Amino acid sequence: MSDYKHIGKDFVPPDITGKVTGKAKYAEDFRADGMVYARMYTSPMAHGQVTNIDTSAAEAMAGVVGILTADDVPAVNAPNAAILTNSPAYIGDPIVAVAAEDEKTAEDALAAIKVDIDPRPFVTDPLDSLLTGGPDAREEGNVYVRSGEGSGFRTIKWTSEQIDEFRAGKEPGGEYANEWSYGDLEKGFADAKVIIEEPFVTIGYAHMSMESRTAMSYWENGTCYVHASCQSQSFFMPGLARMLGVELKDVVLISENTGGGFGSKFGAYPIVGLTGYFSKKIGRPVQLRISREQEYYMGSARIGFQGWLRMGFAADGRATAADVFIVEDIGANAAGGNASSAGGAISLVYDPEAMRFRSLPVLTNTTPRGAQRGPGQNQIATVMAPIMDKAAKELGIDRLEIRRTNAVHNDTTVYADQEPVTSAYMNEALQQGADMFDWENRKVKLPRNGSKVRGIGIGQGYHSAGTNGYDGLVRITPDGKVHIHTGVGNLGTYSYASTSRAAAEVLQCDWEDCVIHRGNTEENLPWNSYQAGSVSAFTQTRTNYVAAMDALDKMKQIAAEIMGGEADDYDIDGSRVYRTGNPAQGMSYGAVAARAIQLGGAYSGQTYPEDIHEITQRSVQNVAGSGLVGVAKDNLEREGVIPGLACAFVEIELDLETGKYDILDYVGVADCGTVLHPKGLAQQMKGGAVWGIGMAGLERHVYDPQNGLPANVGFHDCRIPTYLDVPSVSQSGAVDLPDPQNPFGVRGIGEPAMGCSVAALTSAIADALDGHIFGRTPVSPDMIVNHVAGREQSFKPLQTNNS
Amino acid sequence: MNPRLSRRRFIKAVIASSVVAATNARITSAGAQDRSPGVVERLISLNINGRTRRVDVLPQETLAYTLRYKLGLTGTKIGCNRGECGACTVIIDGVTNYSCSTLTHSVRSREVRTVEGLQGADGTLHPVQQAFIDELSPQCGFCTPGQIMSAVALLDENPTPTREAARQALSGNLCRCGAYDHYLNGVMRASGQNS
Repeated sequence: MSDYKHIGKDFVPPDITGKVTGKAKYAEDFRADGMVYARMYTSPMAHGQVTNIDTSAAEAMAGVVGILTADDVPAVNAPNAAILTNSPAYIGDPIVAVAAEDEKTAEDALAAIKVDIDPRPFVTDPLDSLLTGGPDAREEGNVYVRSGEGSGFRTIKWTSEQIDEFRAGKEPGGEYANEWSYGDLEKGFADAKVIIEEPFVTIGYAHMSMESRTAMSYWENGTCYVHASCQSQSFFMPGLARMLGVELKDVVLISENTGGGFGSKFGAYPIVGLTGYFSKKIGRPVQLRISREQEYYMGSARIGFQGWLRMGFAADGRATAADVFIVEDIGANAAGGNASSAGGAISLVYDPEAMRFRSLPVLTNTTPRGAQRGPGQNQIATVMAPIMDKAAKELGIDRLEIRRTNAVHNDTTVYADQEPVTSAYMNEALQQGADMFDWENRKVKLPRNGSKVRGIGIGQGYHSAGTNGYDGLVRITPDGKVHIHTGVGNLGTYSYASTSRAAAEVLQCDWEDCVIHRGNTEENLPWNSYQAGSVSAFTQTRTNYVAAMDALDKMKQIAAEIMGGEADDYDIDGSRVYRTGNPAQGMSYGAVAARAIQLGGAYSGQTYPEDIHEITQRSVQNVAGSGLVGVAKDNLEREGVIPGLACAFVEIELDLETGKYDILDYVGVADCGTVLHPKGLAQQMKGGAVWGIGMAGLERHVYDPQNGLPANVGFHDCRIPTYLDVPSVSQSGAVDLPDPQNPFGVRGIGEPAMGCSVAALTSAIADALDGHIFGRTPVSPDMIVNHVAGREQSFKPLQTNNS
Repeated sequence: MNPRLSRRRFIKAVIASSVVAATNARITSAGAQDRSPGVVERLISLNINGRTRRVDVLPQETLAYTLRYKLGLTGTKIGCNRGECGACTVIIDGVTNYSCSTLTHSVRSREVRTVEGLQGADGTLHPVQQAFIDELSPQCGFCTPGQIMSAVALLDENPTPTREAARQALSGNLCRCGAYDHYLNGVMRASGQNS
């Protein structure tokens, strides 16, 4: 739609060749001389206190090089995750690490370690902990509230009557910890023609990145070199330095490729720190890769919800009020914030005129929780879709229409403070999706075919999709090459490259003349945002834009200095700076760069803006004098919520006898501002759809309530979708309307791409079953069969984690 | 069943594996001289990507381990190490195998192909590799070598598969990024058919 040279065009990302030839190196593919292998002895109990550790037999084994215990690493205050702990709070909590010359010896040594642990009470279902007299997941309490006004443990109990009411689908009457609201809730419900009230459960599950958590560290001259599997590059470093107890300048992070993260590796995590401490203690490089099975014990997982929602709608379908209460399963380490994000998503996607949000974050002795693709937004997306359908049915209006009536648009105000959005085109996305899917013709219910019924669904996804305040760094060298330094990380979205094209766009240069520097602190990378939260596209196009604009200004100034006139008299054509009045008068980018080196100062990075981050400063110092340097902090305007939005339409054929369903057709449409990278966007939309298919029907934690053991500990237990679970072909599209707060109109999309899918599927399942709302994800075949047969489900209402 | 994977060959492989397991306790050195019946020599020759490689292999060692850590062929990835995900897929005598679940001793005198063996001598990419680039098939890339090996084996057997046949052939390769659609596009492009 645009005249851009690079934005909105497909290209070959430089790292993809390594991925198809096997040359791409992931954390475990690196080796260092003298490297040893670490393995961890992890807690066999869901909650306990270590009373004695005997490693003498292990230490005596040939090939064992060292032992690391909690005494060797910094103590952290509960409930934060320690590198090693003597107070394990879930099965798999690391207690001791051993290093050996080879992996087998390290594993054999684990068996020789004797650890005495006093067991403590534990809990896997938040409602069991909330019940008066129920176990607390931590000695300090059963609730942990994170707040700007002070975080802390609390002990909150509900009476059995309050628990029973909640399980019965009534408004919870028990104490809660967080609350926000806007508008007149009472009036909203009074204005409603239809009020829908539903309980819900979303069960958590592991991230299941294909590459399990891996790190290798060694020290040289006081610097810790860390090879780690991480989503973010520069953003990972401050947390890593803190974890290692060293200054930022004393850490080098190498992370060229990462085998998936999905939120689980966006910031420094404990086993990375473990290799650093272990290496320091024994004076040799230490590598640790956790096993696939361990990923389910101590990797990280999505937060689970148990909740209740009441929502009012006027006769025309307009949402007049929403009242939501969420009990949040925050695991043992008190990750959190998913519930509030879910509340925010209700406010933004469905725009109720009045809203109240309440939540209670409850600790459980389960796998550590962390941000997972659409943390909060995607859980509530799946809850909301069949509720919108039910309201439409009761009001006698079309299911698409009720969504369009409430769709977020440019003037919508959102969240507790009713902030503006930068731009939003959900209505346009819904219309485009409906056209691609042929909603009008397909919404007519097809007759049952034997045991098979059809269902169609619509889903909407949202995540805030941008941030600001990070730095950009570009450099033009005398050979005419444009070097784009990016510290955003390489999660697999190619956004490190597609956002780098923002700099190429400003400088009008050919992509072949660009060199991307990334993946290693020593490549002199700027301070960039986390590669998570769907922020990369918006955020890093801005940082690369401001850096390239700085370079462009300097190029024009140098041209004026050499050829006369003012900087404004000059323009660029991709390889030359020329005088606009006389294009024959000009000089090449390379010649400008050579002159910048001669001039020094800000031109070649000898000086730089004061407001850039310490990491960027060091990088500029390292590249100073090598060319013309453009460096700046992103101080561009940014006000309001930056929404990443998507919608999906799906058709399923569900077999009432087996409870299984096939997905016949899938259409996903993005509202992510201007499309930055068409193929990359299609990848995200389709990959997000696969994630939604997994969450809707396949993936969940199951813990043995007797012992707290995770039972789903493999790809085919907590089952991720395979080729055979997803449509062979799915369709994607985009609204492609620019956002005013990004120089190229770009917003992010990674997380909404999943939210719309899981929502569309729960909508379609409900449609296939004549509007039945399970109020629970995943929806398993046995749930469907039980429902069809009119049998009780095999779990109590709102039961989670062991159902 | 793939015709190349005959019942006889399958049984032979199983027997070879069990011999290795049964003689575990009798191995005392890496010496290749001890060839008495029932004892497995450790220094063996492997045919990897058309080259003979001499390598010291423990009795219980998996092919994925040998490739990655003894031969430096780290293109073969270990995603689960228990035969679930297919990231370690290699081609043995024309048939895809999970190398994490294949004992190295069982592949002596057989032809093993890994992702590193696909490029031409001049560095030209295999059509599947090129098609995967053109379709932007990989995301994080960790499962990609396994996906490629499954696609190569399929196209060697059936140069013009239907999309459904490709979907079945690759279904033993998981991708957490969910890039299945784009991988199938890549297979169809590599086969010269419209995706």
